[in-house]
Amino acid sequence: MRSLRPILFKAAITCLGWTVAMLMFFPILWTVLTSFKTEVEAIAFPPVFLPAQWTLENYFEVHARSEYFSHFLNSVVISLGSTVIGMVLAIPAAWSMAFQPTSWTRHILMWMLSTKMMPAVGALVPIFLIFKSVGLLDTLPGITLVVLTANLPIMVWMLYTYFKEIPSDILEAARIDGATTVGELVYVLLPMSLPGVASTMLLNIILAWNEAFWTLSLTAVKAAPLTAFIASYSSPQGLFWAKLSAASTLAIAPILIIGWISQKQLVRGLTFGAVK
Amino acid sequence: MSGHRMKTVNRLALAPSVLLLVIGMIVPLATTLWLSFRLYNLMNPALDGFAGWSNYAFFLTDPAFLPAIVNTLLMVGGVLAITVVGGILFGLLFDQPMWGRGFTRLLVIAPFFVMPTVSALVWKNMFMHPAYGIFAWISMKLGLPQVEWLSNYPLLSIVIIVSWQWLPFATLIFLTALQSLDNEQQEAARMDGAGPIDRFIYLILPHLGRAIAVVILMETIFILAIFAEIFVTTSGGPGYASTNLPYLIYVQALMQFDVGAASAGAIIAVILANIVAVFAIRLAGKNLTA
Repeated sequence: MRSLRPILFKAAITCLGWTVAMLMFFPILWTVLTSFKTEVEAIAFPPVFLPAQWTLENYFEVHARSEYFSHFLNSVVISLGSTVIGMVLAIPAAWSMAFQPTSWTRHILMWMLSTKMMPAVGALVPIFLIFKSVGLLDTLPGITLVVLTANLPIMVWMLYTYFKEIPSDILEAARIDGATTVGELVYVLLPMSLPGVASTMLLNIILAWNEAFWTLSLTAVKAAPLTAFIASYSSPQGLFWAKLSAASTLAIAPILIIGWISQKQLVRGLTFGAVK
Repeated sequence: MSGHRMKTVNRLALAPSVLLLVIGMIVPLATTLWLSFRLYNLMNPALDGFAGWSNYAFFLTDPAFLPAIVNTLLMVGGVLAITVVGGILFGLLFDQPMWGRGFTRLLVIAPFFVMPTVSALVWKNMFMHPAYGIFAWISMKLGLPQVEWLSNYPLLSIVIIVSWQWLPFATLIFLTALQSLDNEQQEAARMDGAGPIDRFIYLILPHLGRAIAVVILMETIFILAIFAEIFVTTSGGPGYASTNLPYLIYVQALMQFDVGAASAGAIIAVILANIVAVFAIRLAGKNLTA
């Protein structure tokens, strides 16, 4: 009997764990299921759990009606663009602060963190007015630049904590062997901190993809990414739940996969290295 | 390489990032501060000049201001209470050995990756819709009256939506922290006859202290700034019942075109956030020296 108790305990915990997990995931599951229903089935009451006839029609409709994929592409451009440019800026900055610290380093890191703490509304009015006057409103370069600026502090911080874990002797050895600064960065530092660099990029892609303050206030049609496009479904011109679900499923699928892959590193990035 | 050249390389490496943040964040913030003392309305360009404190007076005496502050704080308090308590419970649960633990963890953290406009609309339509939503169906099954979630309980509805998004974050942080718990210490306490509740209060909770602080601070910063969820569900209504500070400023600036008043509001929001940020930055600073 003694050996039975742990098994029963584990079985009970398993039941509870799966129930909790299914409840938390249910809204996402429901969205995915609804995306394969007809509009009639989507608003059926009592709700229909599984579609009687699975249909892909919503996916085609969403695109045909609203150029869905151009918004999808905008999301891709904004998140990849801000990530790539951000890494080009953040890697040298993090390298310099991690390996050549000066008396300023601490202050600069703290200051960068504090800009992230500033609510975005604090900068909204001037940025809106400037963008309006130079024609950057509702353009991809404009919104990419703003998203990049908003996430740069996290990129620098995250890279800094990863670079800090690399012994500086190794970089020094490379330098003595005649490596240039750029060579030292590209051939020694980056390969050694590849997991850190990769997870910084993934976190930034997630944050940029889901950014919904600047994209809602600075884009309208042309440069609107999925966050802003989906928001247009909030106007009550009839209930198009199946189409909303199809648009939503496509919008969250890529980022959900990236999030699942990088879940461990996310903790570090989102807590500025305070929890590892 | 000489020390002097090294210094130059260092500055060159650091300069672009610092410059971008100064231009992208500090200059706009300073401009906001300046605008908050100007008469400036996009609908009335003739109006111009120094406003003194009148924008602040206008914003502070706006009938929407007090509700907005109260709503902002209620949202932060509500979401924090749910996610910190829930996150610790979830963390403890998913730290236990169970079949398929890795998979259940993936399901639990998934909501965090859903973009805010999607989660808000999915909840608004498919769960909280008074006639066709899942909640309406559950109330019907239980024989309860139908509830107009977003018109009768707008603030609670938004707290529920935002909590669903942030509970995974808290769970993830607490799970990570629990994994670094000293197993031998736990075992020793068990041998000494400490029950699960004693172990939780005297061993686990103190160990989670730092993680709790991090969750509270990070979530506060993000929840003070909730915007998209309100934008697509209630638009701040009915009345001002679910208007928070960022949403009020947005309405003032981009819908009522009163740049001066909106800027004054933004400065108030920045001050509010800074009260929290001071603690957050101190916490991160401690970590930096360690």
